[in-house]
Amino acid sequence: MKISFPHMGNVYIALKAVFEDLGVTVIPPPKSSKRTLELGTRHSPEQICIPFKITLGNYMESINQGADTLFMWGGCDACRISYYHMLQEEILKELGYDIEMICGEPFKSFGEIINFLQKLKRVAGDNHYGKIGASFVKAVKILNEIDDLDELFCKVRPREIESGETDSLYRAFEEGIKQIHGSSKTLQWVQEIKNKLESISVDPHRRVIKVGIVGEIYTVVEPFINLNIIQKLGNMGVEVHRSVMASEFIREQLDFLPFVRSEKEEVHRAAAPYIDLEIGGHARHTVGNAVRYHEENYDGVIHLLPFTCMPEIVAQSILRSVEEEKDIPILKLVLDEMTGETGYQTRLEAFIELLWRRREKTHEEVLSWN
Amino acid sequence: MKKCYLGIDVGSVSTNVVVMDTEENILEKLYIRTQGKPIQALKQGLQMVKERLGQDVEVIGVGTTGSGRQLASVMVGADVVKNEITAHGIAALHCVPDVKTIIEIGGQDSKIILLRDGIIYDFAMNTVCAAGTGSFLDRQAERLDIPIEEFGELALKSKTTVRIAGRCAVFAESDMIHKQQLGHNQEDIINGLCQALARNYLNNLGKGKDIKSPVIFQGGVAANVGIRKAFEEMIGCEIVVPPHANVMGAIGACLLAKDEVKRTGQTNFFGFDIADSSFYVNSFECESCANMCEVVGFHRDAQLVARWGDKCGRWSNILTPQKEQLA
Repeated sequence: MKISFPHMGNVYIALKAVFEDLGVTVIPPPKSSKRTLELGTRHSPEQICIPFKITLGNYMESINQGADTLFMWGGCDACRISYYHMLQEEILKELGYDIEMICGEPFKSFGEIINFLQKLKRVAGDNHYGKIGASFVKAVKILNEIDDLDELFCKVRPREIESGETDSLYRAFEEGIKQIHGSSKTLQWVQEIKNKLESISVDPHRRVIKVGIVGEIYTVVEPFINLNIIQKLGNMGVEVHRSVMASEFIREQLDFLPFVRSEKEEVHRAAAPYIDLEIGGHARHTVGNAVRYHEENYDGVIHLLPFTCMPEIVAQSILRSVEEEKDIPILKLVLDEMTGETGYQTRLEAFIELLWRRREKTHEEVLSWN
Repeated sequence: MKKCYLGIDVGSVSTNVVVMDTEENILEKLYIRTQGKPIQALKQGLQMVKERLGQDVEVIGVGTTGSGRQLASVMVGADVVKNEITAHGIAALHCVPDVKTIIEIGGQDSKIILLRDGIIYDFAMNTVCAAGTGSFLDRQAERLDIPIEEFGELALKSKTTVRIAGRCAVFAESDMIHKQQLGHNQEDIINGLCQALARNYLNNLGKGKDIKSPVIFQGGVAANVGIRKAFEEMIGCEIVVPPHANVMGAIGACLLAKDEVKRTGQTNFFGFDIADSSFYVNSFECESCANMCEVVGFHRDAQLVARWGDKCGRWSNILTPQKEQLA
């Protein structure tokens, strides 16, 4: 059995390490590229969102490299993604690929966790449940560590003294992951990179703009789809914070456990005056986190959404009221299969410039009051 | 010798060049169709400006803007490279110092820019659909076999309104064809189109935005009196179309260049002779990693002067081109 899974930011690192721990051969899909997009688009329904197309492309590239078992997550509340794995399985079978699809459902209770571990057992047949359970815990740990690392990268990048140093360390990080196997090696490598990152010389007094990113999780964490927005903004001197990330997504599922804490209630509290119920996808989070960014004095918010994404379209119309009432600028970027970056670059530059001018303006006003 | 600034706006549909003197008077303006060949268009533009200006002019600062701003910057040696939203805002503030709203409709893009107390306060740009931009009007004018310059005048002659869907360029076009087949007047259909465009703009970009007067209408489409009238009716206030409405981006670039040169004290301009240089671009797909970036190499007189398009800097760093300046 050779297992593969679709890309979603750095989630592949945790999945790869854990399946390797269980002694399964892992074929991580090649990094998403124009070829992935081309393959995915050719075989996807026309009106489907970009995450579907990219993940389908990921599968096809992995299968071409020998994968025969595909792991996909689904069932995350009421968004279309809950049935993507079934549709993708049908499409792949029609294309003549002989594969097995294993779908990870949400795990919001003990029953669901056991159900999930049973599915993992199908992949890792020779391992007993204790080992599978331990691997599951490790996977969550790796996800947390990597998201922490990513957050640190976002803080260092806009403050680095020698430009490009942070990005080249990031490339070294990704290159290294390819060479190592198993969770303990992975955790070691993450720590090593973290140490190196902390030793990059930064200007702690540099004035930076702070921008929070909200929106649909896949577009927020997958750099190929969001045209590398995190890195781009960082290099424009912006400290970026992402509100939805894989680790937080999982914490929110597991927070019925006494030792897991998530920000879910905080998010719901902040969103409540605007939207006080779950409408699927990340809509409630998008609104709640935009309000929270305002509370934490961020300069602006960027809302990322895939074209045709229902929950985010609802969130977007609510965000207009948030923008007005809280007086925080929100830039909306709709993402689909465009790879021409000029248009996005223009919007980002103009937005950051606007944030600078607004900040200078408020600063002047504060001074004139004194 | 007269000192002046050069502003260049390389857009998807038109390439505009403006020459401004130190007192901020506009000496020359050019509006050339880009036709998908920005290098050719810019060369032609520079050649024309050079001929019109004669010998006794010295360029002391150059700014570029528009979607082709990087390319233009590498070609001419720009002092400042700025996004078109800022450039348009600066130019509008120059014409009407207390402007609060800018409606800008160009070839591929449409934007709304809100200003308060002389700074850009909020903006929006069309995202996924080109309905309601100049290219769409161009295409419909061509289909009706009417010169685009007369399009707006015809709309004003209309007596009754024919409603045309404005949501999407494809819907609008098929709606328009169906109304034609029913035998409606051409003027009425054109008027309907102008209204559809204005409605689409206000519903899409203007949604939730506080459109306050004075309102400026600029960009190539501002020349269309039918659309201007439609906007005035829908917004309910007078709309100012500045005298150089179609080259406002380039004017903004001039003003930005003036500021920049004041700071640096010198210009990077290569001189008008570059209009006689031959430019050549080659592109290839880098195979070093999975990103498969489309790398562009830019040559002047057979010499490689810049590369861009790679995510990692492997190719572009070799030559370290001028970095785009921010904020």
